[in-house]
Amino acid sequence: MSMTMTQKILAARAGLPDVRAGQLIEAELDIMLGNDVTTPVAIHEFEKAGIPSLRDPDRAVFVLDHFTPNKDIKSAEHCKQIRVFARKHGVRNFFDVGRMGVEHAVLPEQGIVVPGDCVIGADSHTCTYGALGAFSTGVGSTDLAAGLATGKAWFKVPSAIQIVLTGAFQPNVSGKDLILHLIGRIGVDGALYRSLEFTGPGVRNITMDSRLAIANMAIECGAKNGIFPVDSVTLDYVRGRAKRDWRVFAADADAPYDEVIQIDLSALRPTVAFPHLPSNTRTVDELEAARERVAVDQVVIGSCTNGRIEDLRIVAELLRGKHVAEGVRCIVIPATQQIWLDALREGLLEVFMEAGAAVSTPTCGPCLGGHMGILAAGERAVATTNRNFVGRMGHPESEVYLASPAVAAQTALLGYIAQPQ
Amino acid sequence: MTIQGTVHKYLDNVDTDVIIPARYLNSSDPAELAKHCMEDIDADFVQKVQPGDIIVARQNFGCGSSREHAPLAIKAAGVSLVIARSFARIFFRNAINIGLPILECPAADEIAAGDALRVNLDEGIIENLTQGTVYQAEGFPPFLRNVIEKGGLLASIARS
Repeated sequence: MSMTMTQKILAARAGLPDVRAGQLIEAELDIMLGNDVTTPVAIHEFEKAGIPSLRDPDRAVFVLDHFTPNKDIKSAEHCKQIRVFARKHGVRNFFDVGRMGVEHAVLPEQGIVVPGDCVIGADSHTCTYGALGAFSTGVGSTDLAAGLATGKAWFKVPSAIQIVLTGAFQPNVSGKDLILHLIGRIGVDGALYRSLEFTGPGVRNITMDSRLAIANMAIECGAKNGIFPVDSVTLDYVRGRAKRDWRVFAADADAPYDEVIQIDLSALRPTVAFPHLPSNTRTVDELEAARERVAVDQVVIGSCTNGRIEDLRIVAELLRGKHVAEGVRCIVIPATQQIWLDALREGLLEVFMEAGAAVSTPTCGPCLGGHMGILAAGERAVATTNRNFVGRMGHPESEVYLASPAVAAQTALLGYIAQPQ
Repeated sequence: MTIQGTVHKYLDNVDTDVIIPARYLNSSDPAELAKHCMEDIDADFVQKVQPGDIIVARQNFGCGSSREHAPLAIKAAGVSLVIARSFARIFFRNAINIGLPILECPAADEIAAGDALRVNLDEGIIENLTQGTVYQAEGFPPFLRNVIEKGGLLASIARS
């Protein structure tokens, strides 16, 4: 029976010769992830059920990234609870302040997730690792607790949408523009319960950092996972960092897809999602043609979507020798300790500071309205993050516009949403 | 199991940030979370909701974050059931895993705010006592019914 790439991985991890869409299976997990918001609830469930130990502590990963460095006493108590649990159960993949970063930037960078893996994470953006050719999906805290206890999780095998990519990006267009375009086209539930499988000759023209940004936002159109084929870009990234052996899976040539969507990368333009849904997209060309000027109070550059080194290089290129517009607060958050250090050594942090931006230690912080850049009523932000729901970055009457690092940087310079030059 | 309650009605794409804003996620205590349930979409919800009430929405209810705090807040606010045309998948899993009953029903759009519903959960039959109509919701596959009957995912694991 022919299968999609996602179905091939699920069949292998369920120990079955093949699986079909709609089938309920139990699959062996390679990695299970929790953060400082979701892990305390999982620990509570785990201990309430009286389970004495983890099935395999080396498959557990805890990253304290949302409200860290701790913003208040309650958050500090939650982190302490995870610290104690990790020590008690011998969890070595424990990323605390000074070692941590935004979880979905840390795991690929540290080689913790590898191609062919089956991964769950108690964070909706766990779908990021599909960029590496892994099956990876977000779950809740109770699913995480069950995974920690048994090493397994149940799944309903998804059907898939095939996204066929051709061509290459124009200058100042990146993976973020592609995924915003796709979400705008199919809607926030356009891929509900299904996989997005990215294929076609355009894939090889997309860098790993852009692939990670694309897979990261698969959840924003409801997808269970988004996945890329494993090619030389993947293997170049994985070699030298992988902590385990990897396995390469590929979709069958006649794999069953519900739907096929063609995207020519060279036709994509800088794209922005307006409040209050990631699907509410317009190109910057359209904005300029309508002579619409969207003035902003804050620009946030970072997150599990766009806080990687390639993103920071793009931003530095645009900010170099210039200054952030008066009245705009520009906050740059390198996503991990390593990215911070790389940005320091490459001189990028100096560019940001001289341009009048603030540079933060790694944190999810403002993306989810946690801390480090909360908006007041009536304020507007352009952010390289992934959600612009009501109240996402602060007051319920504030607004978030989602964009690429290039659009965010240009917006910081001019004070209104603008075409990167 | 039969549930009876009054409807609070919402539209498409009710996201987890409006169900329970992240500014309250420094707590994981259901009673504390319930105090802020639906705050950014319906500021009076917590004052209005009565034990046993039912939330009805249209497409993609619970989209966004994986926070289990969302179904926990709804359950602790006293809501007995959520009916929607469709649910976001992580919310769907979380609701089952923590024992918040949910039903997928294509006729959810016909139900109005303030309607009184009587629902047979096992058979997925929804009676609208106000409008005098009956709707059929999707039943759960046996695998999920087993999780629900054992009192949630962890309870079913601990027992086996």
